[in-house]
Amino acid sequence: MSDDVVISVRGVSKQYRIGTKEKRADTFFGALKNFVVTPFRNYKQIRNLTRNNENDETLFWALRDVNFEVKQGEALGIIGHNGAGKSTLLKILSRITDPTEGEIMIKGRVSALLEVGTGFHPELTGRENVYMNGTILGMTKKDIDQKFDEIVEFSGIIKHIDTPVKFYSSGMKVRLAFAVAAHLEPELLIIDEVLAVGDAEFQKKCLGKMEDVSKNGRTVLFVSHNLTAVQNLCQNCLVLKNGAVIFVGNTHDAIQLYLGEHSNQRMELVANGEPEFENDKIKFISARIVNANRIETTDDIHFEFSFEYKGIDSPIIDVTYHLYDELNTLVFVGSSGYELNIRPTQKSLTFHCTIPGDLLYEGNYKMARLIFVQDKGYLLLNINDALSFDIIPSGKENFGWMGKKQGVVKPKLKWSALNDTRN
Amino acid sequence: MQKEFEHSVIYLRPRKGWQRIPLKELVQYRDLLYFLSIRGIKAKYAQSVLGISWAIIQPLFSTLVFTIVFGNLAKVSSEGVPYFLFSLVAMVPWNYFSGTLTEASSSLVTNSSMISKVYFPRLVLPLSAAISKLLDFVIGAIMMIVFLVIYQISPSWEIVFLPLLILILLMTSLGVGMILSAMAVQYRDVKHAMTFAVQLMMYVAPVVYPTSNVPAQYQTLYAVNPMVGVIEGFRSIFLSTQAFPWLWVIEAFLISLVLFFLGAVYFSKMEKNFADVA
Repeated sequence: MSDDVVISVRGVSKQYRIGTKEKRADTFFGALKNFVVTPFRNYKQIRNLTRNNENDETLFWALRDVNFEVKQGEALGIIGHNGAGKSTLLKILSRITDPTEGEIMIKGRVSALLEVGTGFHPELTGRENVYMNGTILGMTKKDIDQKFDEIVEFSGIIKHIDTPVKFYSSGMKVRLAFAVAAHLEPELLIIDEVLAVGDAEFQKKCLGKMEDVSKNGRTVLFVSHNLTAVQNLCQNCLVLKNGAVIFVGNTHDAIQLYLGEHSNQRMELVANGEPEFENDKIKFISARIVNANRIETTDDIHFEFSFEYKGIDSPIIDVTYHLYDELNTLVFVGSSGYELNIRPTQKSLTFHCTIPGDLLYEGNYKMARLIFVQDKGYLLLNINDALSFDIIPSGKENFGWMGKKQGVVKPKLKWSALNDTRN
Repeated sequence: MQKEFEHSVIYLRPRKGWQRIPLKELVQYRDLLYFLSIRGIKAKYAQSVLGISWAIIQPLFSTLVFTIVFGNLAKVSSEGVPYFLFSLVAMVPWNYFSGTLTEASSSLVTNSSMISKVYFPRLVLPLSAAISKLLDFVIGAIMMIVFLVIYQISPSWEIVFLPLLILILLMTSLGVGMILSAMAVQYRDVKHAMTFAVQLMMYVAPVVYPTSNVPAQYQTLYAVNPMVGVIEGFRSIFLSTQAFPWLWVIEAFLISLVLFFLGAVYFSKMEKNFADVA
């Protein structure tokens, strides 16, 4: 183990107990018996909350044999799907709970932010809560005295600092709480993604502060679903799956792996004689994305749609598709009908379409409807959920720490500015 | 801004069996203890018209009721002093004991959101409960002194041992409080039991009657309850009901010491589970 390793996790496992179903009585005597027996059963069950017997089916491993190291000044991202064990890992690292097995070595003072505003009491004033929250996070009264003005300034609620917090709006509360957290001076900072909630401005502040921290040579552990933020902040990433580490290393690769994990990517749809892809007018052959398996936000996306027209006439044929994002928002409808007037002269046709880069956000997209239309109005064939693809954050761009901006698309706009010299 | 990194290395491992009491960390987190205690007091009396006066009203009215029921109707012996004073002097330490017990035993459960989100020595929670209750105790004591002045009763010279009695009171309350709080995290039954247990316990302690009512041969056994030594000590000092009960006070001191130590050790042993079951 080299000297600059500040966190070393060795063989860490954590076991939890899941609830068991209550036994229900279906007879009167059964109910009576349950009444008598229940306290004993409850006692056994509650007592077992803190005991680990082998071969107990109510036990499960939230983490299993986790090993990794973090070096001084490194910012390590931790990604994984819900239930992968991210929060459990953070709780162990921040000393909230013990590992069931294994050992962790930590060098330096740790601040863990799994939540903002821990210990806030609604009856206390903003000022009192700043002290309350600060000391819970491990600051001393002296530290807070020194930074108090800065904290209040940062929060922007100077006027209400002596008002009980219960009269604050939820936004004010979060701002005050974050202001306290932002003025911690930890050597090791552990941050959960819950911090990345709130409005866009708050997220920006939060992530910006983290950037400062990591630039100051502090070590940061960052758990998030916000891949852009992870990408921008962390050189390295750890991917968790079902409690085990499946990857540690370069963030770019980690994100790809992570997206691949749950990906329902379908880059290609090829007809295999299924009846829904064919009728007496048209035979669908394939739809595919020509790009390599990975699409970055800056990449153009190339589609190819192939089909046979079976009619004897030669009408105008158009391809139209509806593109939805992962929140099931219709992003746009793409149609060759606006651009082309193609009449089939050959039996089979292939349409090409390109979505320019720098238009879509990272995330999963789905071509919910793929429609073939004759003469701008007559429906030939409709295919549901033809394609689906993931866009990952590009390594090339760097537009701050705010992660996903609001809105559905992020077009590259043309901007210019002139210094006005008239006055 | 940038401080030198003092590399204190810690190891996190599964904790098994008995643990050290984390005294060093308690010292580190003393400011948290202070603010939690303040929070306990402020939050309790926030948005109430009478505010801190409740610390007087509660013991005063219980004492008045006891005076009527036990003093005047049941004619319980008050060892030659007005029954009102007899029970008031007992009520002041008893109130602290029962209040601390109730508050401390629920301290972990009510702050479970804190426990599951931040690390800090968990002992500060029952400790702060015991500290914030001291204010009520002091106010109650001042009220008691005012009444003693009105009745023109002066304390005996044994008042120099009052700090010892208060120490016993603190250690007993906190010792039992720590045990109960650690149990309450896992077994919520403690909460249900506490509401009436403190009421029942009052009749086990010599609050409304004198220890001299207990048959002489059982008195030493009876004084296993440290509150006996504390209450009879208070009465001896302030009301001169009898000679200073050295035997009971020493007994109480030893037992409170055991309770306090036991409480701290048990709490530290159970601490590792708090975040998982809270």
